[in-house]
Amino acid sequence: METDTITAISTPIGEGAIAIVRLSGPEAISITANVFKGKNLFDVPSHTIHYGKIMDPETNEIAEEVMISVMRAPKTFTREDVVEINCHGGMVAVNRVLEIILSKGARLAEPGEFTKRAFLHGRIDLSQAEAVMDLIRAKTDKAMSVALKQMDGRLSALIRRLRQDLLETVAHVEVNIDYPEYDDVEEMSHDMMRTKTKEVHQEIVELLQVAKQGKILREGLATAIIGRPNVGKSSLMNTLVQENKAIVTEIPGTTRDIIEEYVSVRGVPLRLVDTAGIRETEDIVEKIGVERSRQVLKESDLILFVLNYNEVLSDEDDKLFQAIQDLDYIVIINKTDLEQKLNLARVEELAAGKPIVTTSLIKEEGINELEEAIAKIFFAGDIDTGDLTYVSNVRHIQLLRQAKQALEDAMEGLELGLPLDIVQIDVTRTWELLGEIIGDTASDSLIDQLFSQFCLGK
Amino acid sequence: MTYDAGHYDVVVVGAGHAGVEAGLAAAKMGAKTLMLTLNLDMIAFMPCNPSIGGPAKGIVVREIDALGGVMGKVIDKTHIQMRLLNTGKGPAVQALRAQADKPLYIKEMKKIIENEKNITLRQGMVDRLIVEDGVCKGVITETNAAYSAKTVIITTGTFMRGKVLMGDLEYESGPNNQRPTIKLSENLEELGFEITRFKTGTPPRVNSHTIDYSKTEIQPGDEDPRSFSYETTEYITDQIPCWLTYTNEFTHQIINENLSLSAMYSGMKRGTGPRYCPSIEDKIVRFNDKPRHQIFLEPEGRDTEEVYVQGLSTSLPESIQHSIVRSVEGLENAEIMRAGYAIEYDAIVPTQLWPTLETKKIPGLFTAGQINGTSGYEEAAAQGIMAGINAAAKVLGKDPVILDRSQAYIGVLIDDLVTKGTNEPYRLLTSRAEYRLLLRHDNADLRMTELGYKLGLISEERYAAFTEKYRLVEEEKKRLQKLVIKPSTEVNAFLETAGASPMKEAVKAYDLLKRPELSYDLLAPIIDADPSLSHEVTEQVGIQIKYEGYIKKANDQVARMLKMEEKKIPEDIDYDAISGIATEAKEKLKTVRPLSIGQASRISGVNPADISILVVYIEQGNISRLAN
Ligand SMILES: Cc1cc2nc3c(=O)[nH]c(=O)nc-3n(C[C@H](O)[C@H](O)[C@H](O)COP(=O)(O)OP(=O)(O)OC[C@H]3O[C@@H](n4cnc5c(N)ncnc54)[C@H](O)[C@@H]3O)c2cc1C
Ligand SMILES: Nc1nc2c(ncn2[C@@H]2O[C@H](COP(=O)(O)OP(=O)(O)O)[C@@H](O)[C@H]2O)c(=O)[nH]1
Ligand SMILES: [Mg+2]
Repeated sequence: METDTITAISTPIGEGAIAIVRLSGPEAISITANVFKGKNLFDVPSHTIHYGKIMDPETNEIAEEVMISVMRAPKTFTREDVVEINCHGGMVAVNRVLEIILSKGARLAEPGEFTKRAFLHGRIDLSQAEAVMDLIRAKTDKAMSVALKQMDGRLSALIRRLRQDLLETVAHVEVNIDYPEYDDVEEMSHDMMRTKTKEVHQEIVELLQVAKQGKILREGLATAIIGRPNVGKSSLMNTLVQENKAIVTEIPGTTRDIIEEYVSVRGVPLRLVDTAGIRETEDIVEKIGVERSRQVLKESDLILFVLNYNEVLSDEDDKLFQAIQDLDYIVIINKTDLEQKLNLARVEELAAGKPIVTTSLIKEEGINELEEAIAKIFFAGDIDTGDLTYVSNVRHIQLLRQAKQALEDAMEGLELGLPLDIVQIDVTRTWELLGEIIGDTASDSLIDQLFSQFCLGK
Repeated sequence: MTYDAGHYDVVVVGAGHAGVEAGLAAAKMGAKTLMLTLNLDMIAFMPCNPSIGGPAKGIVVREIDALGGVMGKVIDKTHIQMRLLNTGKGPAVQALRAQADKPLYIKEMKKIIENEKNITLRQGMVDRLIVEDGVCKGVITETNAAYSAKTVIITTGTFMRGKVLMGDLEYESGPNNQRPTIKLSENLEELGFEITRFKTGTPPRVNSHTIDYSKTEIQPGDEDPRSFSYETTEYITDQIPCWLTYTNEFTHQIINENLSLSAMYSGMKRGTGPRYCPSIEDKIVRFNDKPRHQIFLEPEGRDTEEVYVQGLSTSLPESIQHSIVRSVEGLENAEIMRAGYAIEYDAIVPTQLWPTLETKKIPGLFTAGQINGTSGYEEAAAQGIMAGINAAAKVLGKDPVILDRSQAYIGVLIDDLVTKGTNEPYRLLTSRAEYRLLLRHDNADLRMTELGYKLGLISEERYAAFTEKYRLVEEEKKRLQKLVIKPSTEVNAFLETAGASPMKEAVKAYDLLKRPELSYDLLAPIIDADPSLSHEVTEQVGIQIKYEGYIKKANDQVARMLKMEEKKIPEDIDYDAISGIATEAKEKLKTVRPLSIGQASRISGVNPADISILVVYIEQGNISRLAN
């Protein structure tokens, strides 16, 4: 049976305010205790919660204030030792905590793995077997396709290029080994290898820095709220933020007037992007012109289009419908507490099957339905998310880190003057790890490369 | 009407490189063995290059030897030169290669077979198998001899519906104008085996007297005595060199002008040829910017004038071959003795085999060698010995023997074949092994001898020598762990003359040896090395210490891999009863029928999600089995 300790962000749906990092496995408690400042977790009774701080082992600074639940086997969901770290700081903080836990030896859980363990330990009964398998299938496929789909095109192109560079280098070493008398290619030298590994290393370091700034990681669905003045956009934003206790952060390195609000709606990370300009005039179409607003819309993964129940449809509404027709949106008909003037049939026609939710933000009605609609659109995979979700992000960062480490091992071997076929072991490892990021793990490509790059034979 | 020609435990069909190892392994394990082959003068004949070993392949020969096989011993006795390749590289990729004396190799091999008491060697053409109730029970030859057998191993190489191609000349034939095997191939097809068509080629041989060696570069063997076999004690000292020359623009022009005449380009060949063994036509078309290609001239033996022209493998018409050969420097007046040709043949799709090399379709029937889609003498011999072991094990009621990918190149080879199949003749390359730092030339004995001994293939004396060697290795490593070297002036002066940086503080001799620039031999004077320790022992000590970190990393990976290998899949699992596995994956799993989750995860087209589901399904322990 499995013996390692797994971890993942497992924020239960509907509890957006608190994000939870869950660990399960024999080392769940010791790994957490390792980075936790507070009570000695080894001594606390099972099923108790403790306040304390997660320390960043690299900087020795406080990473996050947390509440930790310790649950000992076997009375847990997985029947293994389980620790849950409750973070209040939202997406950014929870990712940081997850990274720290991973750096201490836990493994990022495969999709559905907690459930799988629960199942294997007999926690879930046999009649549920099929459901569990479907779940694993769905989650695994989803994670894979999400990871691929959500990766920035430039990132995957860059990784492909780095891999090709490494592959050619490795093939060069291989040809020296498998065809030692083949004179057509010069013997790969330590210097050549050093140059190559340095180049790739530099690029990986830069990638990781970018990741640190949050450009790869930590982004939710870019969500724009649009609609004519006074329909209730700001109210909607406030409601979402208050309901879900969003964090207002300023991403370092970006201009002050761009403010991003992160909310987690039923586990769906939303990034409500708003520029100061848009915020003030409250009408993007008017303020920044149709062209630019189209651009803003295009960069959004999800659009919340607000209409007023109390007004008739205007030309502007028609235009907005047109502007967003190819995008993912939810129509919100607000102010249902007032008299109906809106032609609902016409709205349904224009929305062409997209979800429509009615709300009265003032009376706090319809908000659940809206959140459900958001969650549904996301989990159904309907959304073509331009950004990474946090789960695959962390996986990518982990892999990039490992790739960097493997490359550094190779560079160390080079400095020590070890034979290239030894150094190459770590270069190949780097290539494999980068491949895992883009989901390409076919090992035959080296042999293909060998025979297409060099003219070999008897 | 057939006649009863005898009863055997194991019948081996074919006495090529696979057949001889299969027959000898089975016989030595105690099985009463019959070997049938087309021509007793052609036992372990080399239809192509006169050489054995090379990167990866040379290591395989060492593994075969450590398992008790004979290829290493025979080539040690019959080579004309031997070289250790990749000496400038790390220990993991060094490998021996020997140029063989072909006729002598055959003679020596025949002698060994003739003297094995459990083997009956007989000339004969097997036409079909005796299959009763779906189980293989023997073979029938063209002379109507019916041999009953508990197991049968087919090792018929490139003979199956072999077709020789040269220009527009095309005729049914085995290699080197031997008779092709037609009926047996048809019989296998009738029995339901999936057959594929592969091809390979060989260059012309020229008469040594007609070569002007002064225009070529000499390629001598190593001066240091070396051997494949751990048992060899006598070394051949009078070696014969090979020679190096090149093709040129003129050569390429002739080939380009006549491309349409090549059997390959006129589209007659249906078989798939290997990328690593391209014909000269292929090379010139695919790499047309290369001004020249290397040509090695390799003598085929001491008592023959035939010289193998390595690099000129071709299926162009004979007339063009003359011009091509003569366009090469040093070969201006060369006389071709045998023209080059391509051969097309039937091979069995190897995913039809269990990792024991027994066929899934017909219990009791094993196949080994080129018939399984590989190419190369060493690859054939490797499968031969494993098939021989497993066929005998089956008869004798012993456990099957399957080597994993971390144990031997042989394991890599067979796992690749039965798990992934191959769409071209398969050749071993070091890059196919993910744990090659563990699969070294130097430690093949450490990896295989124990197993060979347990199987009864390794003698008591050899086993005793082996255990003694590794006892000494361990002892010496322990001693070096304890020995502290102080940075005295003498020591530092010594290090400086050796080109190494001086020491600042005292270190263990063990750690000093980890420095890449310092070897055991070099350090011998300051680490009180015991001069009675053999080179084999100190070499082992040196490598094990120096690469300890990397070896450990590899071992960690292996441990993870083995965890997956240990998750067994019942042979009769019913994949159709598992919901959730993708259709393509299901089909693949049903064909390959992997024995472990590890093996399943190496099948292309089986995704991680499928594996997860399979694991869950197996671990929860409620598996549907195929009704038999
Ligand atoms: C033209 C040519 C070029 C090649 N080039 C290369 C190369 O460059 N490099 C390389 O590594 N390898 C090369 N090979 C492959 C190499 O020769 C084989 O891989 C190797 O010999 C295979 O060994 P084997 O034991 O499987 O078959 P073989 O050595 O071919 O032995 C087959 C045996 O089966 C016997 N036999 C066949 N049919 C029957 C029957 N019906 N009944 C009884 N006995 C039968 C034959 O008599 C023979 O003894 C080449 C082969 C050929 C023919
Ligand atoms: N009656 C009613 N008024 C609402 C509702 N939602 C918002 N409003 C009011 O409508 C006005 C405009 O809201 P605001 O959010 O600023 O709209 P915006 O211009 O689209 O951002 C405010 O006075 C809100 O209080 C609602 O559901 N019902
Ligand atoms: Mg507003």
